[in-house]
Amino acid sequence: MKLSEVLSRGAEELRVGVFVCECGLNIAGSLDCEEVRKYAETLPDVKVAVLNKYTCADPGQNEIKKHVKEHNLNRVVVASCSPRMHEPTFRACIADVGLNPYLFEMVNLREHCSWVHLHDRKAATDKAKDMVKIGVARARFLEPQIEKEVPVTNKALVIGGGVAGIQAALDLADTGYQVYLVEKEPSIGGVMAQIDKTYPTMDCSI
Amino acid sequence: MMDVGRHPKVKLYTYSEVEKVSGYVGNFKVTIRKKAKYVDETLCNACGECAKVCPVVIPDEYQMGFSSRKAIYMQLPQAVPSTYVINMNNCLGNNPIACGKCVEVCEKKCINYDMQDELVEVEVGTVIVGTGLEVYDPTQLDEYGYTRFDNVITSLEFERLICAGGPTQGHFIRPTDHLTPKTIGFIQCVGSRSEKRGNPYCSNICCMNTVKDTVLLKDHYPDIEIKVFYMDIRAFGKGFEDLFKRSKEGGVKYIRGIPGDIEEDPETKNLLLTVENTTAGKIEKYNLDMVVLSIGYVPRFKNDPVQQLLTLSRTQDGFYMESHPKLKPIDAPTKGVFFAGVAESPKDIKDSVTQASAAAARAGIILSKNKLKVEAITSMVDKEMCTACEICYRACPFKCISVDREKKIPAEIIEAACAGCGTCGAECPFGAVTMRHFTDRQIISQIDAILDENPEEKVVVFACNWCSYAGGDMAGISRLQYPTSPRLIKTMCSGRVDEHFVLYAFQKGAPLVLVSGCHFADCHYIDANRWTQRRVERLWDKLEKKGIRPERLQLEWISAAEGQKFAKVMRRVDEMMRKVTKEEIEFTKQALSDLKPKGTKKVKVTAKAVA
Ligand SMILES: Cc1cc2nc3c(=O)[nH]c(=O)nc-3n(C[C@H](O)[C@H](O)[C@H](O)COP(=O)(O)OP(=O)(O)OC[C@H]3O[C@@H](n4cnc5c(N)ncnc54)[C@H](O)[C@@H]3O)c2cc1C
Ligand code: SF4
Ligand code: SF4
Ligand code: SF4
Repeated sequence: MKLSEVLSRGAEELRVGVFVCECGLNIAGSLDCEEVRKYAETLPDVKVAVLNKYTCADPGQNEIKKHVKEHNLNRVVVASCSPRMHEPTFRACIADVGLNPYLFEMVNLREHCSWVHLHDRKAATDKAKDMVKIGVARARFLEPQIEKEVPVTNKALVIGGGVAGIQAALDLADTGYQVYLVEKEPSIGGVMAQIDKTYPTMDCSI
Repeated sequence: MMDVGRHPKVKLYTYSEVEKVSGYVGNFKVTIRKKAKYVDETLCNACGECAKVCPVVIPDEYQMGFSSRKAIYMQLPQAVPSTYVINMNNCLGNNPIACGKCVEVCEKKCINYDMQDELVEVEVGTVIVGTGLEVYDPTQLDEYGYTRFDNVITSLEFERLICAGGPTQGHFIRPTDHLTPKTIGFIQCVGSRSEKRGNPYCSNICCMNTVKDTVLLKDHYPDIEIKVFYMDIRAFGKGFEDLFKRSKEGGVKYIRGIPGDIEEDPETKNLLLTVENTTAGKIEKYNLDMVVLSIGYVPRFKNDPVQQLLTLSRTQDGFYMESHPKLKPIDAPTKGVFFAGVAESPKDIKDSVTQASAAAARAGIILSKNKLKVEAITSMVDKEMCTACEICYRACPFKCISVDREKKIPAEIIEAACAGCGTCGAECPFGAVTMRHFTDRQIISQIDAILDENPEEKVVVFACNWCSYAGGDMAGISRLQYPTSPRLIKTMCSGRVDEHFVLYAFQKGAPLVLVSGCHFADCHYIDANRWTQRRVERLWDKLEKKGIRPERLQLEWISAAEGQKFAKVMRRVDEMMRKVTKEEIEFTKQALSDLKPKGTKKVKVTAKAVA
């Protein structure tokens, strides 16, 4: 997709979908997920809010795809676990149904809420609602991004002709790449050329 | 060495240095200065006739000054390329009247005094840095008398004296009387593992190098008496302990204690060494014919153009800093640049070669592609708003912004090289920079969402993606409990946290704001978090001037592994938040009521801001 197309999609009316995950009992065990879902429905531009048992599993992902199509969503918020874990999963999921993967926001209900507030259901639920609100607020301003591509020159420069530089140059050259090896002294060799025998095997250095 | 000289895919530039590097991963443009050798290397057959007639005699660096070379010379007998060079600093002058003897005798006519330095431009996709280190100069350790006493030598000098290709053809003799010593001492950790002098780190190779040297000596001269003075012998690698055992079985005495003093007998030139034997708990004196100082490695600070050319940084030790100490030890923070060998840290040959192969493999990942996807999360400059003040350029850890204050050329981001830390965005006083995916508008909307309702019950926490946010994940995984008041806003780097975000949060009624990031050594954007620190310090001043308690802005470094610390900090900020009074919050809102977003007011760039 070209950037202009992507951008024009981004300029449409905002249609946010929120997917609240129970993660079995990992999240649902310490906060009221249904209450969070209902609250999400009241947030600006949210067209649909859905509860899932395991959002990252295939049925959960299919649910997201289904709703993106059905409600013509152009922003997706998943309130589940850490983005460090599943952001790539969900980005790929929405890309599958034609959304730019950067139109996705993740709310970390598990690591940053349910697991650290195990004993106060009311306070944890309130915080979770607030977190979803923050996520949606950010999602409304998300813009599509393109990972640009640049051409690659298939050659390498190695600076320093000691044993390390020599080895790196040989490996790359043997792989088939052109290598430029720059050494400031008249000869390559570095320190190893000055050593007599080398430990641990006591063999010759040059 | 020979293989690389012969390889059809390797172009060697010896006696050369990299002078300029521009571009970015996949597309570097490099200028190499080929210094004039004054000998045509394609013609020279290394017959050596020239050196025979050269009248200039100077100490040979390769032989550590134990023998001499001429002004026209070959660095080492096995030199690759196998060619003579003239060091013009030594040569009597390219004036045939002054000398010109070598030209006369060279049959191949390959000596040319008019040769000039040559500049060569090459284009490459990746760069591997294998520039090595320097060895410690023990002259400053006065008590060992290195350079005052001729029979005190370094371990590198030892290598030349024991080597068959060395100045003595491998006959190990001491410098003063050219006799093989009967007793010899080795002193370990010279320049290493000392907080006071030299360097605090362990140089990795010197223990085993000494063990090796003792075995070599015992092989050649079974009767020689050898004493090794040490703190610990670190024989930790494969085959190392065996060699250490062989040394001890050969009769080498290992004495725990670092000598405090060496004296020389002016007549015999023998050495009297004083040491506190820490095992025996006594002061002992040893008469030795010769002493070898087992010197460590030191970073190359002088004559290191490479660091600046490739925007490399250094760790506290002074070695080149890797992208991540555990997970990306081969990559430099500059994309497309990799480390091989001791340039990254002291190590032996096996480890140097291993790292070199790893570097080649990492570089190969890039080179094997025709096109490279680059980070989408980069910054962008609005040229209309940019005043070409160059502040962003100075802040950018990767120096991937081109801008010219004198010529008034506005900033432009070299996107392929931009890592997306957002420091430029936070530092630009004119709001000219937009960070993709972490725009001001996105972050402000998050702050709004946090503080819309009951702001007095919440702590606004800025957390960086790699460390502090991950530290929060770790707290979760470990089920560490903390109060519910903190609300996190994630940025890629704490360097992104703009002054405006913090002030805006206070204006909206935030009782407490926490900025958190990686510890300095862990920063994923070289040193972007140092800018965070400076900015927070600036903010503390500003708050104080406005009568707002600076403690209401907290700064913490939390690593990805520090779940405990994260939870503790959350508890602490919650407690602090509870102590902020309603009146204080009201006062703050008033004090900051004239706050305007960046780019909407004229900012005067003071000399201080630019300096
Ligand atoms: C006294 C001593 C004894 C040792 N004994 C042993 C042993 O027995 N066994 C063992 O395994 N290891 C030993 N080592 C360690 C071993 O020497 C190193 O591991 C190895 O030499 C490191 O190789 P390198 O290529 O990384 O660095 P170096 O060998 O230092 O090579 C770096 C090269 O880069 C060049 N260079 C530097 N700057 C530039 C620049 N700006 N432009 C172009 N070129 C540049 C230098 O001229 C040099 O040729 C010993 C080290 C010392 C000091
Ligand atoms: S390798 Fe041994 S001698 Fe060298 S610094 Fe480390 S402990 Fe000291
Ligand atoms: S985002 Fe960081 S790396 Fe990119 S230009 Fe700005 S300061 Fe440099
Ligand atoms: S800091 Fe801002 S105004 Fe200054 S040169 Fe950079 S983009 Fe332009």
